Amino acid sequence: MSSEQKLLHISTSPHVKHIETVPSIMLCVCLALIPAFAASVYLFRLKALVLTAVCVISCLATEWSIVRFLLKKPSTLGDFSALLTGILLAFNLPPDLPPWMAAVGSVFAIGVAKWAFGGLGHNFVNPALAGRAFLTASYAAPMTVFNVPDFWKARGWTISGLSEKIIRPVSDTLDGISGATPLPTFSGITEALHAESARLVDLQFHIIDFQEALPRLFFGNVGGCIGETSAAALILGAIFLWYKHIIGIRVPVLYIGTVFLLTWLFNGTGSFFTSEALLVPVYQILAGGLMLGALFMATDMVTSPVTPKGKMIFGVGCGILTFTIRKFGGYPEGVSYSILLMNLTVPLIDRYTRPKIYGKVKKNA
Amino acid sequence: MIKEELKRGIIAENPILVLALGLCPALAVSTSLQNGLGMGCAATFVLICSNIIISLIKKWIPEKVRIPCYIVIIATFVTIVELTLKAYFPELNNQLGIFVPLIVVNCVILGRAEAFASKNNLGRSIIDGFVMGLGFTLALCILAIIREVLGSNKLWGLKVFPGFRPMTIFILAPGGFFTIAFVMAMINYFRQKKEGGQS
Repeated sequence: MSSEQKLLHISTSPHVKHIETVPSIMLCVCLALIPAFAASVYLFRLKALVLTAVCVISCLATEWSIVRFLLKKPSTLGDFSALLTGILLAFNLPPDLPPWMAAVGSVFAIGVAKWAFGGLGHNFVNPALAGRAFLTASYAAPMTVFNVPDFWKARGWTISGLSEKIIRPVSDTLDGISGATPLPTFSGITEALHAESARLVDLQFHIIDFQEALPRLFFGNVGGCIGETSAAALILGAIFLWYKHIIGIRVPVLYIGTVFLLTWLFNGTGSFFTSEALLVPVYQILAGGLMLGALFMATDMVTSPVTPKGKMIFGVGCGILTFTIRKFGGYPEGVSYSILLMNLTVPLIDRYTRPKIYGKVKKNA
Repeated sequence: MIKEELKRGIIAENPILVLALGLCPALAVSTSLQNGLGMGCAATFVLICSNIIISLIKKWIPEKVRIPCYIVIIATFVTIVELTLKAYFPELNNQLGIFVPLIVVNCVILGRAEAFASKNNLGRSIIDGFVMGLGFTLALCILAIIREVLGSNKLWGLKVFPGFRPMTIFILAPGGFFTIAFVMAMINYFRQKKEGGQS
């Protein structure tokens, strides 16, 4: 009997397995987040370290206890998806959030957004973003407070990315602008000037000195959630993922491109080809959580469409929603909500963008 | 027999948590225990009264226009409730707002009228209205206790845990949906466990 088994090994398909597995993909994404993590630790020091540790530990603990005590199945910690959720959730939190709130968000992300719907592969929204949305709805004030870290003051860095000398006084009544992070500052300036008089509206873009603001936004020494500020570090990680074929190019490029295009079309300066009209959209795509969202959240395999066409619709949809929320909505930042909303449309998108089947005879041929 | 009926209304055929009827008012008014209990009592009163009238006149209601007839009967009692609330409990009335007049189209009441009172005699209809109303009220209270404690750290307007920071999401709509889903899941879990144990 045993010799026969050795001679003829019969098994069902699949017979050939790819070396890429769920754990390896998740681990790659975690590796790709290392530059952003390094940047966040450099910028926010201990606070970033503590928040990330709290989120990761509470995500892993929640996952372990649900699987162990409620489902009574072998541990799923080995697929690293809970680790990734923890890191991504931490990156979406402001540095001054009390750690216990981060833990509550982690429990919600893993317990409700992920396991209540059946675990990895069955969650219909990105767990990390659901955790963030839960915290934003529950603790609105702590989720939007940003304090300047002490060592920033010595270097002249500010939360909004604009130093005193960048904001030039445009009139006697407008002394300066205070805003939490770059995006509220931007809309704050626009609103203040609109309120003041129509004559001053076209002056608004002279107040933001793009020469100084844009490099700061790119390298990340501005206020914001701990992992979202440094566009450079996020792009570095995303290039690694793209090289490893873990994320496609469609979703991030179309997402960021749509936001760019729309903010360029509606830039508010009244013209399209002046240097300011072109720098406004650059400011908008670098500010806020767009880079983190577009590169690491919208590309999540479980909650984004499978088909190529679907991915394009998904990317453009996220872009339009983000632009709409930023421009007209009550929240200064709309990346998390736009991705969550588009996550809900994924089954529908997938159903209507099924690729054509080859080798089938056309009905009217 | 009463015991069995109570069990049926509260557990086996609980209007909100098992039949999933009347979810709209359940989600909207279960933000605090006071609102939940007030709404539950109002709906129970209307349910019992409409069951009585409908079971009495069921022979004279033509089949084709039975739903409008039920609505008229229910609306009569809702008006009584509304005027009473306005006169004696104006604060509760303000809190419940539009959901008091909306009891007219509450699925639980219309559902019991259609499924039970129009087919059964007076005595059984009264008992049915009572146990179903009790089930509705209890379910509302369970949801309201969870949501009020977690969402505003209060119970019946009194502070519960010193130092606990309430999660506002629980008194908003999403928290209501999550609470109702988890309570339903718990009930299904225990029911399956019980059925599994018996077989």
